[in-house]
Amino acid sequence: MKHKKLKNIFIGLVLFFLYLPIIVLVVYSFNTSKMNIVFEGFTFDWYKNLFNNRDLIEAFINTLIIAVTSTVVSTIIGTLGAVGLNKYDFKFKSFINLLIYIPIVIPEIVLGISLLSIYTLTKIELGMFTLILSHIAFSIPFVIVSVRSTLSSTLKTYEEAAKDLGANSMNTFFKVTLPQMMPGVISGAILAFTLSLDDVVISYFTSGPGSNTLPLKIYSMIKTGISPDVNALSTLMLLATMIILTTSAIIQSRKIVGGTK
Amino acid sequence: MKTIVRLENVSKSFEKDKYVINNLSLDVYEGEFLTLLGSSGCGKTTILRMISGLEHVTDGKVYIDDKDVTELDPTKREVNTIFQNFALFPHMTVFENVSFGLRMKKVSKKEIESRVKKVLKLVELDGYEDRYPSQLSGGQQQRVAIARGIVMNPKVLLLDESLASLDLKLKRMMQIELKKIQRKLGITFIYVTHDQDEALTMSDRIIIIEKGVIKQEGSPQEIYQNPNSTFVADFIGESNLLTSTIDKINDTTIDVKFDNKIFVVNREEEDNIGDKVYLMIRPENVLVSNKEINNSSKGIIKTLVYDGAVTKLFVDTEGDFDLKVNVQGNTNYKEGDTLYIAVENKNIVPIREKKNEKRR
Repeated sequence: MKHKKLKNIFIGLVLFFLYLPIIVLVVYSFNTSKMNIVFEGFTFDWYKNLFNNRDLIEAFINTLIIAVTSTVVSTIIGTLGAVGLNKYDFKFKSFINLLIYIPIVIPEIVLGISLLSIYTLTKIELGMFTLILSHIAFSIPFVIVSVRSTLSSTLKTYEEAAKDLGANSMNTFFKVTLPQMMPGVISGAILAFTLSLDDVVISYFTSGPGSNTLPLKIYSMIKTGISPDVNALSTLMLLATMIILTTSAIIQSRKIVGGTK
Repeated sequence: MKTIVRLENVSKSFEKDKYVINNLSLDVYEGEFLTLLGSSGCGKTTILRMISGLEHVTDGKVYIDDKDVTELDPTKREVNTIFQNFALFPHMTVFENVSFGLRMKKVSKKEIESRVKKVLKLVELDGYEDRYPSQLSGGQQQRVAIARGIVMNPKVLLLDESLASLDLKLKRMMQIELKKIQRKLGITFIYVTHDQDEALTMSDRIIIIEKGVIKQEGSPQEIYQNPNSTFVADFIGESNLLTSTIDKINDTTIDVKFDNKIFVVNREEEDNIGDKVYLMIRPENVLVSNKEINNSSKGIIKTLVYDGAVTKLFVDTEGDFDLKVNVQGNTNYKEGDTLYIAVENKNIVPIREKKNEKRR
């Protein structure tokens, strides 16, 4: 009994400290006062402000373009990579398997600097292109790891069964392998999308003039003091992420129900 | 009998110079139920996979219906496999699973529907078209897997330990079911298993394989009654193996000496006096009696195991050997009882371990 009480208090505290800042942020986005200190009254002004801020909207559109393109490309490359690493045996395979984790674990700042130096070396002009390229590069390992978790020896048997029934390699991949990997592909894509959406460090190094992203824009706005329109913007982003996650969770759970009922 | 599958001097190695199958030749006849029987790791599944094409032969040739298919892709071979865990596609319904092969072959929609309907009826699963594999019982999944194979009208159906994952009762039922389906369709079945019970129940012919080599082939009766090696005798059913020596050679028989008793068994040409001969005696062929009978040995029941239809006795004899004895139904014997055991000459199978079999 006592243990249960302690457990509840502990969980309560964890949740409180986790979500308090977010709640404060959301609440102050509706504050009439320009200062994030006292709550004076309720207003939608900051949201209206946001939609009149052309810089911000442009940055938002940039971010979306980068996130969508890099997600699509890195999901395709990562999925194929995971399949290839699973299916074929070649020299240095275990070494390459280890290599995949390096971009995940090294500090982002190192990755940012190294990407920048590559672009300088090859004289590629910094801008949207380099941003997309960089986001693809750091997303691929996450997709590979996520997709790989759905590959198993059973999948190999399914592929053999498909082959045995006369399916060529194309049909085997699209009709049997891919549907089995789908949960991993979807979670990999979501991971890539969210990583791209809120990336600051790597984008900071690889963006050029006229290719501002939303996180970078927010970062620069904060330098001149946190204004409530940043709160409003963050609240909107929070809402968007929550919608994405909820829909994907619903889709996935529906699929499971459909498969087992 | 027409040969439908022929393996000619086939070898397979996964690692260099390490052969799983070494120079194996084998004929499968049209319409038969053939079982490849062997303990795990003996290469029987590899043989099956070389027939389906999922594994390429390192050496030798594979023929299906007189066509050399050695280099042919599995997608183009007219054989289908039922995998050990059925490998039903979990994201497809029963209909989609069964029709998969036909859809790959671009068969017309109408024909697919009628063919799928027909096989589902055959395996008694009509009405289950829209279920997913996870909504089916093990036995039903098994039957979907069979339907998915036979809907393709293969020349040969390959079954890889296809009943291994079912529970005993279901397994027994499916054994009879499989045999019935095979008879009805007249398709050649090649069944791979390590379960001798299954092999004896279902097969027209059994091939026993050990370490990639054929040890014996024949009908279930032949193999059970006349094993040609101690390995087969031990592997198929229960057996007592007693070591005897040849005492006297007659015209068609030999006298062998065991436990100071003489037994008469069939003669083989290369027999010599003094040669070692194993005497194989099935436990159910041992006679038991309370009184001394002709040529009998006295013994004490060391262990008694009641097994329903039979009671198994482990008898410690006065001679220097133990004997497994199966007695039908109930007995009044208890552990520690003294009894006399005897075996008729016709129930003794002599096994000579041929020297040339030890070359490996």
